[in-house]
Amino acid sequence: MSRVMPYITRNTVFWVVLFALTWLLSRNSFALYKALDARWIIRFPKKYELPLEGWISTFLDWLVNTANFWLFTFRDLTRAIAVVIEVPYQVLRNLLIEGFQTGLGEQAVQLAPSMSWIAVIAVVVAVGHYARNWALAGLVGLCFLYLAVFGQWESAMITLASVLVAVPIGAVGGLALGILAYRMPWFDRALRPVLDLMQTVPVFAYLVPILILFGFGPVSALVATIIYAMPPMVRVTILALRAVPAEIVEAGRMAGCTARQITWKVLVPSATPTLMVGVNQVIMLTLNMVIIASMIGAGGLGFDVLSSLRRLDIGGGIEAGLAIVVMAIALDRASQAFSERKYSEPRSGNVLQRHPWSGTVVLVVLGTFILGRFVPAVQTYPEALTITTSPFWSAAMEWVNVNFFDTFEAIKTVLLKGLLLPVKKFFAGIPWGWGIIAVGLIAWRVNGWRLGVMAALLMAFIAASGLWAKAMVTIYLCGVSVLLATLIGIPLGIWAAERPRAGRVILGLMDTLQTLPSFVYLIPVVMLFRVGDFSAMIAVILYALAPAVRYAAHGLREVPEQLVEAGQMAGCTPGQLLWRVKLPLATPQILLGLNQTIMLALSMLVITALVGTRDLGQEVYIALTKANAGQGIVAGLSVAFIAIIADRIVNALAEGQKRRLGI
Amino acid sequence: MSTSVILDCRNVWKLYGAQAESLLAQNPAPDAEMLKEAGVIGAVRAANVQILKGEIFVIMGLSGSGKSTLVRCLSRLVEPTAGEIEFDGQDLLRATDAELIEIRRKKMGMVFQQFALMPHLTVLENAAFPLEVQGVDRATRETRAREMVELVGLKGREGYHPRELSGGQQQRVGIARSLVVEPDLWFLDEPFSALDPLIRREMQDEFLRLQSMLKKTIVFITHDFDEAIRLADRIAVMKDGVIEQVATPEELVRNPATDYVAEFTRHVARAKVFRARSVMEPLTADSFAGEVAHDATIEDIAAQVEGADAPFRVMRDGAAVGQITARAVIDVLVGRV
Repeated sequence: MSRVMPYITRNTVFWVVLFALTWLLSRNSFALYKALDARWIIRFPKKYELPLEGWISTFLDWLVNTANFWLFTFRDLTRAIAVVIEVPYQVLRNLLIEGFQTGLGEQAVQLAPSMSWIAVIAVVVAVGHYARNWALAGLVGLCFLYLAVFGQWESAMITLASVLVAVPIGAVGGLALGILAYRMPWFDRALRPVLDLMQTVPVFAYLVPILILFGFGPVSALVATIIYAMPPMVRVTILALRAVPAEIVEAGRMAGCTARQITWKVLVPSATPTLMVGVNQVIMLTLNMVIIASMIGAGGLGFDVLSSLRRLDIGGGIEAGLAIVVMAIALDRASQAFSERKYSEPRSGNVLQRHPWSGTVVLVVLGTFILGRFVPAVQTYPEALTITTSPFWSAAMEWVNVNFFDTFEAIKTVLLKGLLLPVKKFFAGIPWGWGIIAVGLIAWRVNGWRLGVMAALLMAFIAASGLWAKAMVTIYLCGVSVLLATLIGIPLGIWAAERPRAGRVILGLMDTLQTLPSFVYLIPVVMLFRVGDFSAMIAVILYALAPAVRYAAHGLREVPEQLVEAGQMAGCTPGQLLWRVKLPLATPQILLGLNQTIMLALSMLVITALVGTRDLGQEVYIALTKANAGQGIVAGLSVAFIAIIADRIVNALAEGQKRRLGI
Repeated sequence: MSTSVILDCRNVWKLYGAQAESLLAQNPAPDAEMLKEAGVIGAVRAANVQILKGEIFVIMGLSGSGKSTLVRCLSRLVEPTAGEIEFDGQDLLRATDAELIEIRRKKMGMVFQQFALMPHLTVLENAAFPLEVQGVDRATRETRAREMVELVGLKGREGYHPRELSGGQQQRVGIARSLVVEPDLWFLDEPFSALDPLIRREMQDEFLRLQSMLKKTIVFITHDFDEAIRLADRIAVMKDGVIEQVATPEELVRNPATDYVAEFTRHVARAKVFRARSVMEPLTADSFAGEVAHDATIEDIAAQVEGADAPFRVMRDGAAVGQITARAVIDVLVGRV
């Protein structure tokens, strides 16, 4: 037997049988329920549902209204936090847009105007030059000039104010937590699951409790932003500190450093370049979140996009969207440059000679401040000179829609009928009971019974929360999107790795794609394909494509030169070299890319709820509009659990492959 | 050489593994078999070392022999599992954190294999780093660091960052940093292993030059037997966490204690190791061609002695203690002894 079919292993049998069983049950679950008259087969019995929503809402009520920690109430605590965030935020808003005033409404007296647009641009140019060189300074300056010329200045400054407040808090907080985790192993162990949740629970889910605790407005938006943007900084900090060579720490100890000196004079300075990568991430995530958080009253560019979309003002939406893109590129390039910055010689001389840049900037700020009093154009970019591209974009979109409507429609129909609907039917049909078992079995097979039990329990939580059907929609949409993203992304990654010149273009494009706030992806998709699962899928694919490409390219490039040479000397054709040498060795990296793709897809799915999907994202979104904290958190946790299960399984696959390859 | 012991390390163990402590509590001297059974790795086993004031003590071993762990136990960068270490009359293992910091700030210096320079600091700031953490004011510490940088031959590069220097130059900075506090005990952990052979040779010469000026007590780690022989007053050979033999280079070559040590010494050029005093014979000749120092290596005096007609007088503290003949030198050179 084994000689006849040498390729059929127990492993293959397991997967085939599991899939066949699932498929059979999925097809016949409805018939089964009718035949046995057992509705529980397809629907989790309502009376056993966990009343988690109620508990959470009651708990929040108690927290807000009665919780008392001896000296202060919980409400005092949230108010204190609110002040810490709001004061700097308001100062920045005054500085950048509103100007400083006393009194309210009619009696308001202007004390000082806001910074002139010229001054702001001077500052960012100086920052760009400080971070790297004139080229970067020019790029950043042009980006901000674009914001002024195209009439996005005010919204952009509101967004910038939010970013400028959230980033220091997120970065410093992340650094502090990371240092604590580095120094105390128990804290590290306690922190890890919290970080996992913070990164996988969709933001909308904790927006509601935050709204309840902090009220509708910019503070809530900023709190949510900080929670969202901090975890990567914590992780990067831990990694960066661990990556400091042991000898450098020993050198510090032998020099007689105290524990505090080791941290601040040895570890943190040595790790600074890596830490700056974390800061870059914090900035980009903050921008991403600030845009989304516009919905709960932060205002700014995201709000413009959202309101344009609601008015079906296509041109306005694209215009504001482009402003976000421009801002993202400016912030990303500048903060990246900081992480690659070389240490430079301190200058000597008098104050101005030592600080020519700061000096110039101060002069420009003061100069424009005085000049702005007499020449309004210096203070505010003159409206008459703004250019609007909105009509152009509207016309372009209309042209595209008129000329290509049929083509798009055809593509959409083919994919819907051929892929989306069958997959949806498959997942929707799986009886919840079997679904739990199947997920448990998969996890068990991949990484042992511990993960199996955990995965089954997490799935059971989803079923018991009455969210099984929506969870299946999430899994189906995520699955299809990830599949397509992988099918597009891996070949692109291979291409990028094999052809260096194409690689520069492709990877550069992916870098830019990844810096764009997720919200931006919705704009063109909705305009071309309107709302629905298909649009959601396209947006998710666009958002989640980058890691698939990058990791594939990285994995292929990391294949040891010697092995490639060995393959060549064995007489491999380029095709054989790719399939038999490079790809197998790159599998762990490709799997890690898949993992990232899944994570990004899930986080994007929640946002695509805005374009009308019927999945867990929608559940979260509904909870947000109804301000039902319990509902939002339960649905959010469900998304997080799916993410965690997928993450553990794919990681285990990657690890297993690594072990087999002995890497 | 004064014979006072500056660092006394008695029966020091460093075991890694979950059961390291309990195993040693049950049995104070487990052998390799017992360690393996308990799943414990014996990085350092029953190490006894006495470092004498002013000597260069080399710990030689191949990778994984435990030499780096041993030197880290001696400086307490690694906490030994058991044993006693006495430094300058003080029980090092009972020193509190604060005392330990004080000892390291004032009495110890260390040079690392990968240089371990702070990437964000300049040459001068790196050299001044130990003083900075002590809170010495900027002017004083920079003056002191400048002297050290000049001493190691990097004058003019004070403002460079480590990444702008070659490996050899980086290690010079590492040496300057370790010497800036004028330590009594100087640890060098494979300081030249990461360097090219030519640079390594140059750095060894530099090291000997520095030592002839500074007269420090040195614990030097290396995996290179030739380096050990070239620099050491005494050598400890380590294997699998155990010190196989502690001896002067010459004793090591003449009387290797174990097969393992013999394996290393077999191909060592005798002339580089043997000293005049050990191949001299009683004074019998009437006339001598000259004088040589009793501790000169045969390599150094070979040409001189071999080319003369009469034997040389071997001098110690101004007195002749023996004579050395061309014959004796040739015996050493061709490996007859």
